[in-house]
Amino acid sequence: MKYSALSLVYEALRGNADWKPAWRDAQPKAEYDVIIVGGGGHGLATAHYLAKEHGLSNVAVLEKGWIGSGNAGRNTTIIRSNYLLTPNIQFYEWSMKLWEGLESDLNYNVMVSQRGVVNLYHSDAQRDAFARRGNAMRLNGVDAELLDRAQIRAMLPFLDYDNARFPIHGALLQRRGGTARHDAVVWGYARAADRRGVDIIQNCEVTGLVIRNGRIAGVETTRGNIRAAKVGVAVAGNTSRLAAMAGLRMPIEAHVIQAFVTEGVKPAIDCVLTFGAGHFYISQSDKGGLVFGGDLDGYNTYAQRGNLPTVEDIIEGGVALWPGLGRLRVLRHWGGLLDMTMDGTPIIDRTPIDGLYLNGGWCYGGFKATPASGWCFAHTIARGEPHALNAAFRLDRFAAGRVIDEKGQGAQPNLH
Amino acid sequence: MRIVCPYCGERGNEEFTYQGDASPTRPDPAGADATQKFAEYVYLRDNPRGPQRELWYHAAGCHSWLVVTRNTISHEITHVQFARDVANGATPATEVGR
Repeated sequence: MKYSALSLVYEALRGNADWKPAWRDAQPKAEYDVIIVGGGGHGLATAHYLAKEHGLSNVAVLEKGWIGSGNAGRNTTIIRSNYLLTPNIQFYEWSMKLWEGLESDLNYNVMVSQRGVVNLYHSDAQRDAFARRGNAMRLNGVDAELLDRAQIRAMLPFLDYDNARFPIHGALLQRRGGTARHDAVVWGYARAADRRGVDIIQNCEVTGLVIRNGRIAGVETTRGNIRAAKVGVAVAGNTSRLAAMAGLRMPIEAHVIQAFVTEGVKPAIDCVLTFGAGHFYISQSDKGGLVFGGDLDGYNTYAQRGNLPTVEDIIEGGVALWPGLGRLRVLRHWGGLLDMTMDGTPIIDRTPIDGLYLNGGWCYGGFKATPASGWCFAHTIARGEPHALNAAFRLDRFAAGRVIDEKGQGAQPNLH
Repeated sequence: MRIVCPYCGERGNEEFTYQGDASPTRPDPAGADATQKFAEYVYLRDNPRGPQRELWYHAAGCHSWLVVTRNTISHEITHVQFARDVANGATPATEVGR
């Protein structure tokens, strides 16, 4: 059923009794043309674009739990393309353009809200660095505005502008940035892929990869073996574990990042705001909760929870920036797993195993990448080689010395 | 998460700085395949799900480098040794078990 205002009225008049499930509960077949491992946003987006852009619909998405139960449900829903380095700007800007047309593409309300992303700066040196980043964005056709103190104060009067240690001098603003509804993105891609014939198979954990003479032949799962000539892995957070099934070591460490939501309050902040002197970012959900986060905990972990010193550090940053936050209570807080790469940039590429493709290394920025990640990964799988947009996100860039280190931190994953 | 420093005793993890997996060892720069070995040493990690030996620096304490054996699923710490003892191949006389 195509969703429309008409279908909404029609179903409402019939007592909402006839709504059908948005996707089939598919059972695994013996063989597919392409298997995607991982039913998060990236895996489902890949399946959608394989079917839509490349005519490949004999595709299965295998998910060990329920779709969207991993990092797609654990992020802070921010979308933006305000990067410094050209490969990143162009890739994330393509993602932003896909976000801007996503609802009509998927026939699903993913609640894209271009409310603006504001990065505060607190010193002359930081202003210069932000001006440089804004100029790099504009040279690549992305919107960026450098705001002075008076301009940002008119937008956000409640911040602590005269903080003795970190006075606010201004901000870099990307107006087209904002948020999207994370679960709806998963459901929208699942429904769109399903409507084109893709099988979405939940509760089906991949336990091994079948490799013969250096070629992928299929996967072993908790629901039996499934054959496929091409397998795409999109399991960020657990990429090293899947890669180990193929005997590959990854330039990746698994880390945790924590996020928080407060009790719901009346509309308080109408943009995404980041603190430039500590690591803290915040936005407000449509339900009224303030959604915020900060640094990773900084040690390898597969536990989807963090530790208290990081909680303290993040909330200290928040209260330094916006003292009024101290009055609010945190309702929930959680942790999500990160594939932290050695240069802070993702990987979308072939692997040394023929027919095995890799999508991972999303660090703490995977959500905003969802559309472009699926789009580029689908191209890479269908054509057997990367698209120009992900041609720099290669697995061999580390040994070759072509790292894309946005922050210039070197091969220390917890600093990116 | 709390780490038992062999010198200072049990402290919160906010006193420590993390440096990652302790198992990679610096290759011989004069070796024939030094370029490939160095790329693997700098960039590739086992990233285990389970016990891992890793380096922590007690920055807000005794400034010792430690080798901590910690489970990456549960965060349980089973062994802590001075990194210099590990490097010198000493018996784990300073080992602290929990």
